[in-house]
Amino acid sequence: MKKVKYAVLAGVMAFGLTACGQSAEETTAASAASETTDTAAEETTEAKEETEAAAELSGSITMAGSTSMEKFANALAEAFMEIHPDVSVQAEFTGSSAGVEAVLAGQSDIGNSSRNLADDEKSAGAVENIVAIDGIAVVADPANTASDLTKEQLVQIYTGEVKNWSEVGGEDLPIVVVGREAGSGTRGAFEEILEIEDMCQYANELDSTGAVMAKVASTPGAIGYVSLDVLDDTVKALKIGGVDANEENIKDGSYILSRPFVMATKGEISEQNELVQALFDYVYSAEGQELVKSVGLIAVE
Amino acid sequence: MGKEQLSIVANRKNKSVVEKAAEVIFTGCGLLAVLAVISITGYMVISGAPALFQVGITDILFGTVWAPAAEVPSFGILYVILTSIVGTFMAILIGVPIGLFTAIFLAEVAPPKLAATVRPAVELLAGIPSVIYGLLGILLLNPLMYKLERMIFAGSPDHQFTGGANLISAVLVLALMILPTVVNISESALRAVPAHLKSASLALGATQMQTIFHVILPAAKSGIMAAIVLGCGRAIGEAMAITLVSGSSVNFPLPFNSVRFLTTAIVAEMSYAEGLHRQVLFTIGLVLFAFIMFINVVLTRIFRKGEATND
Repeated sequence: MKKVKYAVLAGVMAFGLTACGQSAEETTAASAASETTDTAAEETTEAKEETEAAAELSGSITMAGSTSMEKFANALAEAFMEIHPDVSVQAEFTGSSAGVEAVLAGQSDIGNSSRNLADDEKSAGAVENIVAIDGIAVVADPANTASDLTKEQLVQIYTGEVKNWSEVGGEDLPIVVVGREAGSGTRGAFEEILEIEDMCQYANELDSTGAVMAKVASTPGAIGYVSLDVLDDTVKALKIGGVDANEENIKDGSYILSRPFVMATKGEISEQNELVQALFDYVYSAEGQELVKSVGLIAVE
Repeated sequence: MGKEQLSIVANRKNKSVVEKAAEVIFTGCGLLAVLAVISITGYMVISGAPALFQVGITDILFGTVWAPAAEVPSFGILYVILTSIVGTFMAILIGVPIGLFTAIFLAEVAPPKLAATVRPAVELLAGIPSVIYGLLGILLLNPLMYKLERMIFAGSPDHQFTGGANLISAVLVLALMILPTVVNISESALRAVPAHLKSASLALGATQMQTIFHVILPAAKSGIMAAIVLGCGRAIGEAMAITLVSGSSVNFPLPFNSVRFLTTAIVAEMSYAEGLHRQVLFTIGLVLFAFIMFINVVLTRIFRKGEATND
């Protein structure tokens, strides 16, 4: 009602001022301007929707594979879903080979494998995308004179065939075999790389990395394995086959106690859907590699 | 002044309210304990029983291979059960005589001043957190055991060296841990023996030691039994201290073997266990629970019988 009154009033005033033509022209111009504004507003909204669609991916990614990668995969899924709340990342842990099979069969987007892909897997179309490296150091007490073990010697020590350091180049001292509890990722990796799954004769099965470090540091003749990132001066890291345990040797492949964490895709990453591409972008970003380090793994450059 | 004072005695209505409220509160508290026992029992059975049937009762209870994360997992906990039984029994064997003799010393033999220093020491022992016992075990007991191990098994090619983390270490720690329980309860039992029994014995010409062993100890038998029950309960239920000193590998409980107890089996693998493995850990909890119940019932029976013969 008020508007009508004002309009009428304005009309009367305009009429009274005898500037009708001008006024009408102005009005037309004004209405035209307002129309343009409306269109512009609509355009802005559309543009906004487009940007949102780019930032706010939605849908789901499925991963299947290695149980050893569980900790990493869960951390990755969690972090990725935090950035993209509309995306759900589902990870199943069925074993490396099952994961690669699933991605080849199209049942999942990504196949997690805690080993390099086999040639037949690659020829079937699986692409090996290494996202992180898992390294394990073999440690002994600082006073131990042995400093270098071959892979075979390590296997013999852990399976109980060799029980004295004198048999592997050390002094006459019994070997106290220290390891982790069943279910530990470090134990899984160690046994898997040396192919001695469930054949180990542990004298001490401790339930944390810290406990292994403490036990090895304080027991003459002890040998243990820990994640590479926790090494310090309280223990002595042994060379394996003459190679020091450090990041460079792991990256160039000369240190054997390491394994790649592969997120296999069917075809190159660029051929994947945008969700999967976004996930790999995240993994290879600085933030993603920070995440890799936070779960005790070595980042890939 | 007397009339204005609010008194629960003066006002009958007031009194009955207080009485009723107190009764309700006490009943509530009493029922809370019953409720807790029932819900814990229920929970243990619900979460522990499925794996028992899934794996097979005999496979779990009498299997000797514990490989929960293997390709073909095996969940035999016989050695774990045996370790708990042997370990507790040995701890009782060492701890009870020492505890009992300490109690006799405190109640009958010690001059009051000496007793006044020994008693607080024993009570302090009860207040030390179990993880401290474990740390002391690692720092003092394990290196000592390792030296002993290297002496005994010097020429033995088959022995697996454990660095001193073995059954004996765990048993010694457990024996030390049950001491305060055994001492305190036995001492109260000895003190509760009527003075006229002692006087009569001494008057008949018995020596002090004869009186202690032939009169006072038999008279305090039921209380001492209670001390053993509680000591047993503490020993079989302890986890923290022994997980640090026992080595925690599943082996037959021989003195110098690295061993795993029922309690430490749960503690050690709970963090990464999943699926059936996790369920089996609950089953181990159920077995432990059954053991503690069994010990309580059996020893309470003995204890009641003792009371009956005393009367």
